[in-house]
Formats: sequence, C-alpha cells, structure tokens
Amino acid sequence: MPQACWQHLDHGADIGVRGYAGSLAEAFAQAALALTALITAPEGIVEREAVSIECREADPELLLYDWLNAVIYTMATRGLLFGRFQVVIEGDRLSATAYGEPVDRPRHRPAVEVKGATLTELEVRRVAPDQWLAQCIVDV
Amino acid sequence: MDLNKFETVGEQRWRIPPRGAMRVPGIIFASRELLAAMDDKVYQQTCNVAALPGIVEAAYAMPDAHWGYGFPIGGVAAFDAEAGGVVSAGGVGFDISCGVRLLHTGLVEQDIRGVQPALADALFRDIPAGVGSRGALRLGAAAMDAMLRGGARWAVEQGFGSPQDLALIEEQGCMADAEPGEVSAEAKRRQRDEMGTLGSGNHYLEVQRVVQLFDERLAQAFGIRLGDIKISIHCGSRGLGHQIGSEFLRRMAVAAAGFGIALPDRELACAPIGSALGQQYLGAMRAAINCALANRQIITNLARETFARLLPQARLSLLFDVSHNTCKRETHSLDGRPRELYVHRKGATRAFGPGHPQLPPAYRAVGQPVLIGGTMGTASYVLAGTATGMGLAFGSACHGAGRAMSRHQASRLWSGERLRDELAARGVLIRSPSWRGVAEEAPGAYKDVDAVALAAELAGLARRVARLEPLVCIKG
Repeated sequence: MPQACWQHLDHGADIGVRGYAGSLAEAFAQAALALTALITAPEGIVEREAVSIECREADPELLLYDWLNAVIYTMATRGLLFGRFQVVIEGDRLSATAYGEPVDRPRHRPAVEVKGATLTELEVRRVAPDQWLAQCIVDV
Repeated sequence: MDLNKFETVGEQRWRIPPRGAMRVPGIIFASRELLAAMDDKVYQQTCNVAALPGIVEAAYAMPDAHWGYGFPIGGVAAFDAEAGGVVSAGGVGFDISCGVRLLHTGLVEQDIRGVQPALADALFRDIPAGVGSRGALRLGAAAMDAMLRGGARWAVEQGFGSPQDLALIEEQGCMADAEPGEVSAEAKRRQRDEMGTLGSGNHYLEVQRVVQLFDERLAQAFGIRLGDIKISIHCGSRGLGHQIGSEFLRRMAVAAAGFGIALPDRELACAPIGSALGQQYLGAMRAAINCALANRQIITNLARETFARLLPQARLSLLFDVSHNTCKRETHSLDGRPRELYVHRKGATRAFGPGHPQLPPAYRAVGQPVLIGGTMGTASYVLAGTATGMGLAFGSACHGAGRAMSRHQASRLWSGERLRDELAARGVLIRSPSWRGVAEEAPGAYKDVDAVALAAELAGLARRVARLEPLVCIKG
C-alpha cells in the first residue's frame, strides 16, 4: 500500500490541499494536515489537546468540504493548531479527533489564516485500488 | 491567454462573443500585455458567469483579474430579479466587504522620517494582525446583533471615531437591510474575538506618501497633495464573513438543482434573488458588510491612538472607504430605462461617476474615489469614477494589482527576511508576525499595478488621480 501523504496544489490567488492514502478516512486526515501546513509546519505542533470533530453528509465531496471547514472553524474559535488527525468514516458519518496546541506566534510563526474550503477542484475518489485522493482549493 | 479568442471592441476592451450556454457576452478590460499574461481560467470563468440566469449586458473582468473560484477575482456581473436573476455567494467571495479605507494625516514626509521605525513598531504592537491575534473587544449576543445592523455607525456610537467619519464611507457606514437573524451562531462565534483585527494574507495597514499626481483638479477635490502622508487600511469582515461565505456557498450548491439551475461549475452556486435562500443570503451578506465597516472603523481608531502618542500633530480623517467583495442592489440605466439590478463585484470596486446620488456631497461633482491597493514594495493608487465608466461595467473598476503567481511559487522565489531587508534599504519598513507570509505576498508575485491603473484609465473605467508608495507596512 502506498504511503499516506499530503500535497499543496498551486492556484492563482489561493492554494489547494490534497491528501492521498489507502483509505478514505486517512486521505481526509492527510488533506487536513495539508491545511495545517499552509499555516505552519505540522511537525512543530505539540500534542497538548485533543478535540473531537463530527460531520454528517452522504456526498463524499461535500463531506470533505464540511470536514475541512469544521477544522478551520475549530482552529479559529479555539485558537488552536493541529499536528495530527485521527479520522473514522462510517457511511455518512465522520468522527475525528484533532491533536494540537494553542497558537504560539513566536514559535509557530503562522503564515496565513485559512478563510474556508471552496468547491473548486473539490474531488474525492479512489485513484487506484489501494489509494484514495481527497482535495479542494481553500481560500486564504 | 490566446488573444484570438476575443473581438476587440474599443480601447482596452476585449469581447468574448456569446456561445454555448452563455446568455450574454464576456468583456475583459485590459491592455494587450495584461490580457496576454492573464490565466486562461479567467476566460473560462467569465464565460461561466455569462451563463447564469438573469445576467444583464455582459460578464465583466477588470484589468487586475485572475483565476478565482467560480467567478474570477476582478469579476463584475449584474442580475435582474424580474428576469429570474440570481445572487451568488461565490460571486461575492468569502471575505465579504473586504475593502480599502484611506485616511489623511495632515502630515508630510519629513514629519515622519525621524520616527518611522518607532511608528512601525507601535502600529505593529497596537493593531492586531495575523493568525492567532485577538481584538480587545468582546461582543455579547445583543451587541453583536447591534454591530451587524449598524456597521461603522455602531462603531462610532461606541466611541470608535466621530460622526464626521461616516459621510465618507460607502452607504454612509451602515448597510441597510442587514439581517443579523440570518447569520449563524457559528459565524457570530467566529467573530467574537476578531473585532478590530486586520487578518492575514494580503491584508495590511500602510503608511504611504503621495509620490505622483495625475490630475490636479481631482487631487484637490480629494484633499491629496504631493508629499502628503496617508494611511491605507485593507481588511474585511474577518471570521464572520468567511463563515457566512462557506455556509451559503454549500447551501446554494445543494439547492441549485431544485431551482432548475444547471451550474457549469459547482462553485458558481447561486439562488434566485426572490427565493427564500437568496433573501437569507442577502440579509446575512449585508450584515457581514456592516461587520467589515465596523472593523475598519475600529482599526482607524487604533491608528488614531497610536498617532496621537507618537505624532500628536497628526489629524487622521477619512478620504474614503470602499468595499470590493459585495452584491449590492443598484439602479442603472439600460437602453434609457432605469433598472434595479443586483451587482456582484468580486475583487472589484464601485467607481461611481460624477453626479451619482449615492456619492457623498464632497465628491458628488467629481466622482467617487476608487482606492486600488498595491503591494508592499510598489504602489497604491487613487482613481476617480467617471461618467463613461457608468456605462461600461455598472460603475466598477479594479481593486488591486491582482496576483500574477501562486503563493507557493512566491514562497519558493523569495525569502521574507531578505525582502524585509531589501525594502528597508529603500525606506519601506515591513512588520509582520510571519516572514513566510511576507514572502507569499512579495511585490513580484503581483501584476504591475502601474499597468493595471493605466489600463483602467484607458478603458474609461476610472481616472488616475494619485500614486502612493508605502513607508510602513503592517502585514498580517
């Protein structure tokens, strides 16, 4: 099975996040990690807090949109950054735990605030028998 | 961009003839060079907007246009409710009512040269900017709703500025028909700690000096003299606007099929203006406009306090405040008949010409100040709305330089610290919590703002009045 990974996609003014993994849930987790990486290096985030995030939506692409927006909302309202995500998807239900810590401006040097996920280049699909892709452009 | 796809229909005006699902033509305002360098996606997105129900005249793109999501950034489109017209959350954008406010200071360059570093440090300390910054204000439920109804007028009532400020803000500082009840609890929660914050990305507060005048008469009318020090504030409706944008984009995308609207791109999500969803969005979006107006008013007050300490002779008063991500109900003359239209401007500003009844009395004879935000290393512009512009694109003009490359490319090409040092050597002091953020906003990542302003003038959209260069830039 190929290793799970994340990437950023170039977009004129904004930027895209993309997760690849052997399962749909892990591809969602990787896409969220790509979101964190827009702001700061994920490996520099200490796991001090765990936050539960839940979403429900039957359309996998809209579920990704909801998931990324839920992560953005949680970061914004709780002043947190997340370095790891554990995601479970069962049917139309996504349950996740995000691990991270409060923003420490001198240490994290956060580069940009993410405003929201968009429907542009929004794709969730199986690209190989053992690989899922989850991506969309986010507004920064 | 392949120029052969276009018909030229006048100075700096390129027409895409209607084809396929397009109901009206597309028109891009640009010089040959700007158009040639534009992303093909601007062409495609302009065609897509032209296919939306109820669009009138044409789908327009300004000289600073670049690839957006759904609508191009720099896009203008007007819809007629009586002809089945739509309102689109993607056509407004996530940062609802993001805009530029320009302040006079009464100072000239030599007044600030001696205190420039101290001024940069003090502004950076006093004005919350960047990820994780918090404003000093915490709004409870009733105060939040009052702010969403009252905009800058509410902020002045709370002691942030004076009533004279309001006359020089679009809508006199308060957008009518805002519906705080249509704004979700989540959007309000996201805004709780963010009143009076700049945000990040391309948002800034700059101390600028006027380096060139193009039109003495208009400059005099706007109170601009060579060597003047001005302050430019570029920010929007913060988390509240972003949350409203995300929520309604989704709701409209899901509902579109039910309205019988076939979307060429899901991001063009929209709803008929007369539908419950369309009206709910308009009410929430107008509340977000008020949030942005209140936010820029509070930041103005923070800047006033900083200047009062360091340069007590300064008098910070408004030149104007324009928004560039909005949908507004406006009356425009089409074929000699007044029509009520819903004009979307996404990364485009109003540029009303002389005599327009919505202009403040001070500018009614000369036209609206159009504020074009530049980059930290180049320049910003003040233009003035024209009579011809009213007939070209519903009284609209460009909003900035417009990005020429992605953030990724920019951060690979430039280092934030090196940019800071290079600009400091040229007398421009940058303060930011993030050097990677600065690299992503490098001046070279943008189009040539001089070419964009010139194209707007040659196209007849607006007239150039003054060019301003930064001395201090507080970057989020």
